Amino acid sequence: MKPETVEMSEQQKRARKSRNIAIGIALALFVIILYVGTWAKFGANLFNRSL
Amino acid sequence: MAYVENTTAMNADFEERLEGISVAMPRDFLVLLKPRVMSLVIFTALVGMVMAPVHLGMAISAIAIVCIAIGAGASGALNMWYDADIDAVMSRTSTRPIPGGRVSPSEALAFGIVLACFSVATLGLLTNWLAGGLLAFTIFFYAIVYTMWLKRWTPQNIVIGGAAGAFPPVIGWAAMTGTVSMEAIVLFAIIFLWTPPHFWALALFKAADYGKASVPMMPNVHGNRSTQIQIFAYSLLLAVSGVAPWFLGFSSLGYGVIAILLGAEFIREAWLVLRMDAADTKMIPAKRLFGYSIFYLFALFLALLLDALFAGGAA
Repeated sequence: MKPETVEMSEQQKRARKSRNIAIGIALALFVIILYVGTWAKFGANLFNRSL
Repeated sequence: MAYVENTTAMNADFEERLEGISVAMPRDFLVLLKPRVMSLVIFTALVGMVMAPVHLGMAISAIAIVCIAIGAGASGALNMWYDADIDAVMSRTSTRPIPGGRVSPSEALAFGIVLACFSVATLGLLTNWLAGGLLAFTIFFYAIVYTMWLKRWTPQNIVIGGAAGAFPPVIGWAAMTGTVSMEAIVLFAIIFLWTPPHFWALALFKAADYGKASVPMMPNVHGNRSTQIQIFAYSLLLAVSGVAPWFLGFSSLGYGVIAILLGAEFIREAWLVLRMDAADTKMIPAKRLFGYSIFYLFALFLALLLDALFAGGAA
């Protein structure tokens, strides 16, 4: 009996891997943008808060 | 027997699911962003930011440019999602990712919405909400007002829709200053008045394509002659608006001279289009005007940029 799975073609596997890498890079860039942007906007004031 | 039928049905289901698995590569998603339009957006937004009297520093400015570019890209993706049927029948657009079968419509829609939300939120949080709001409005205007409504309804589609392309320098200005003032409005007016002669020049020599796709462009609805006259009229207005930064006093005489020369050449090219035989099939003057219009906008904004950087224009 054929297993109940979907066998992807080589092209589909290659495309999925490329998309995964691109999404990873995009997420990393987004984190960097927010980190750098927050520092640039608030600077040392980030620590200037009541505890 | 029932087992065989079940298995066959299950295999057909798997086949369908297998075909549904995307073969889209990252570059296909990049194409959805309309990179050439994005480059113009980046450039015009940068000019708006540099001309502004207030600057927020390199990091925030760079992030603002990225957000504006991604927002523009998002509206491009939403445009390609909605217009896939039109794109499929036009020679210029038939190889785009959706009609080419590389990206599914739902992938393009999700991609566009996610990028639009993140770009607007990031710009709003890191600069101000006027800039974020203007970016959101621009995406809405391009994807909903222009793409879904105007484009298939009226030959004035690109005249009104041109506002979407004219907003980036205003957003750049707003990101820096938190306001919109006369300088930003003049930059808006230049791109707004540039759009009709630019796109109608294209529509003249691509009229058959637009006709095939049932897009009511000016030459298809009111004929070539009417389009040629309107191109010339808008070119006159454009040439005057191009000089406006100088005579309104926020650019130098040097910029004024360049704008006058560029505008005079634009009017000359538009005059050649006006004199073109309406039955001309080669449409060389229209093709020349289309090419020159791209150069004109780039050169004019480059002059504004250099003027702001080195001659003390605007800021």
